[in-house]
Amino acid sequence: MSKKLIQGNEACVEGALAAGARFFAGYPITPSTEIAELMAKKLPRVGGVFMQMEDEIASIATIIGASISGAKAMTATSGPGFSLMQENLGFAAMTEVPIVVVNVTRGGPSTGTPTKASQGDFMQARWGCHGDHPIIVLAPSSVQEVYDLAITAFNMSEKYMVPVVLLYDEVVGHLREGVELVASSEVLNREFPTVAPANYRPYATGDGLIPKLAPFGSGYRYHMSGLSHDETGFPTGNPATIENLVMRLNDKIENNRKDIIKYKAIDMEDAEVILLAYGSPLRSAQQVQKQARARGEKVGLIQLLTLWPFPHELLTDVYAKTKADFIVPELSLGQLADEVSKSVPRDKITRVNRNDGALITPAQLEQVLKGVM
Amino acid sequence: MNYKDLLRKDKMPHIWCPGCGHGMVLSAFLRALAKKDFDPDNVAVISGIGCSSRASGYLDFNTLHTTHGRAIPFATGIKMAKPGLKVIVLTGDGDSTAIGGNHLIHAARRNIELTVIVFNNNIYGMTSGQYSPLTPHMKLATTAPYGNIDYPFDLVNLAKGAGATFVARSATVQPRHLEKVIGQGLDHNGFSLIEVITQCPTYFGRKNKMGSPVDMLQWQRENTSTTGKEGTIPLGIFAQEERPEYGENYFELIKTLGEGKSGE
Amino acid sequence: MSKDWELIISGSGGQGAILAGIIFAEAALADGYNVIQTQSYGPEARGGASRSEVLISHEELAYPKVQDCNLMVALTQESLDKYGSLLGAGGILIIDEAIDSSTLKTSIKVYKAPIFATAEKLLKPMVANILVLGILNAISGIVNLEHLESAVQARVPAATIPLNLTALAEGSKIGKDLASKSI
Ligand SMILES: Cc1ncc(C[n+]2csc(CCOP(=O)(O)OP(=O)(O)O)c2C)c(N)n1
Ligand code: SF4
Repeated sequence: MSKKLIQGNEACVEGALAAGARFFAGYPITPSTEIAELMAKKLPRVGGVFMQMEDEIASIATIIGASISGAKAMTATSGPGFSLMQENLGFAAMTEVPIVVVNVTRGGPSTGTPTKASQGDFMQARWGCHGDHPIIVLAPSSVQEVYDLAITAFNMSEKYMVPVVLLYDEVVGHLREGVELVASSEVLNREFPTVAPANYRPYATGDGLIPKLAPFGSGYRYHMSGLSHDETGFPTGNPATIENLVMRLNDKIENNRKDIIKYKAIDMEDAEVILLAYGSPLRSAQQVQKQARARGEKVGLIQLLTLWPFPHELLTDVYAKTKADFIVPELSLGQLADEVSKSVPRDKITRVNRNDGALITPAQLEQVLKGVM
Repeated sequence: MNYKDLLRKDKMPHIWCPGCGHGMVLSAFLRALAKKDFDPDNVAVISGIGCSSRASGYLDFNTLHTTHGRAIPFATGIKMAKPGLKVIVLTGDGDSTAIGGNHLIHAARRNIELTVIVFNNNIYGMTSGQYSPLTPHMKLATTAPYGNIDYPFDLVNLAKGAGATFVARSATVQPRHLEKVIGQGLDHNGFSLIEVITQCPTYFGRKNKMGSPVDMLQWQRENTSTTGKEGTIPLGIFAQEERPEYGENYFELIKTLGEGKSGE
Repeated sequence: MSKDWELIISGSGGQGAILAGIIFAEAALADGYNVIQTQSYGPEARGGASRSEVLISHEELAYPKVQDCNLMVALTQESLDKYGSLLGAGGILIIDEAIDSSTLKTSIKVYKAPIFATAEKLLKPMVANILVLGILNAISGIVNLEHLESAVQARVPAATIPLNLTALAEGSKIGKDLASKSI
């Protein structure tokens, strides 16, 4: 199949539709707006629903509702809107309703720099909601990856009954590259209950830890609540039941880290220096790593595709084997480097930070690399 | 159908205080619903957070207890992804007019078919008696210890102004009237809002020295009227209008564009 | 023959510099190149000078922005003044004959073309962006003209396709002329 020249945000829509998304509710915000505009055009043509809501709180509430009715549903936003969504993102995590939230990141804090890339939402994507909650965060760095990971986001969301955040910066959202619009993975759908309605307990999961939630209107009448609940879905104050719930919610992700954590590790065997990045800084890191190898320097590259759960086991393992120095370029004050430092000694990490809206250039990274080699 | 069959009896007793009006609203709602021929499998009841919003858990339908103020957008998604469902929102005055006020007016504007029943006890019950946007001027609340200097919304006019095509007000002291207007709201093809004046003896009543629950109902009897008596709060239907429903318009668009599948 | 191109097309808002970049990128993609197109956004793209960047290479591309511009089109004096310094030594510049490029590095190969006069002759100054693509391609020889034609057809409003194809052909003619004169 020939490649099509499309924007990151267009690829997001194409990927979502290929994954079966048939519901979008959102509120316009730069640099994510193209997603809403394209969804408005495309969804009704495939029998799906697009709604422009009054704000981002309504947007996420509406897609959770749509998913409860059985639709694959998505919203897209940027920092300010993502902040507004946090409470209901936690609701989706607690009630185990699959949704996909796209956050095309821009400079912050506050209104910040709407049209420039930033990676300051790295921690918020993981810990923005109150409470210990499960979440999966995927980070594409190219237009092709936006397409592929949009499909993966829906698949993981349906498979693990968890909200999935697709996080990419303004540059990735707006650049145009050639893309093959062919799904690289099969489309997964959530499992529905098979027991008779009379015996249905929505959150009785057995060993798989993943509930089979019946869409509303399918003959299973049950209760869903953001309150701590038991297997029937009704509120409980029983400490053991609450403990079990919180553990199960988190374990269903933790136990499946192998399946969820995706990355690319290049030239690790003899690496003395490893560049580790995602998003637009990765693009510079890719160029610099290639240039360095061409010069015969032992430089490796790790691209994170799954940000959360964070691949600590990978980094621990790589560090144990290589004792390499890590260079971590990121468009924030060091949110990523701090997380890396849980598995790589702090003094082995060189931080490259930029917060002015401009990109970390290959030339800038080359300078840093020279200092580390 | 006996309306009591629509309850999840194993979830009783309910959490409401003795004399609380919320149970009276709920039973009027169920009596109205039992008279229609809805299949309970096709009824979804969505609520926010508050004493009133606990009502959803006691009902044997598809029930969803959401976040504070957000029941209406959750209900919007449920309805738009499965237009065949009868979707009802049970909400408090704080839930629907303070934190959720924006969603309320926008759903009314869209004229999406939801039946929204507002349990108006003039106070935040669940959090122990703070004033709400429907607490009357100079009434007392824990956060208005010197009297509430805010002025309240007139919810009926607010909903009408926002474009709701069915707007009614009733009170727990008028159970038959209440059941009737809820029934009419359920029949309405479009956005319907029913404000129900109800009593919170524990906080609003006690703070404002309104006496027992029976005294509070007596107050309602004297201060509300279905006939427009001077100086009382009017009860009745204040808007009832046919306007194309949001989902109908949307699914018509899908049809004209070609595919004609529903949003599921 | 494999040369990497780093192209900047700039102009004032509304001249279609961004669209021209997209069309050229699309043609190059059809030609089998790897391409990346980016553009200025937001306040930066309102009024004033706007720019579209296109990277074209047979190698895999990583960093998405221009690092060493070797090909530039500037549709206005203002945009040349703003971005001209990004064009590296030995680069190619294509500008309207009315634009002054005397302040640029002397090693730059400047092609001055009657861009707006010709567009005017076609009665539609708005096709200047497509016309200039014809010039650009004739001079640089980057893509197969057929691919450029298909990309134009795919991206301009349907009613304006014939006009834009004429503009592209006119531009090609001018470009060939300029290229042959400069040998
Ligand atoms: C985001 C958020 N803010 C505040 C609260 C606390 N809260 C719970 S219920 C409530 C008010 C409920 O009042 P109302 O809707 O009038 O219902 P009632 O309890 O009186 O029936 C508040 C403020 C919350 N749960 N969530
Ligand atoms: S606090 Fe008030 S509203 Fe809440 S249950 Fe008690 S009486 Fe009812």
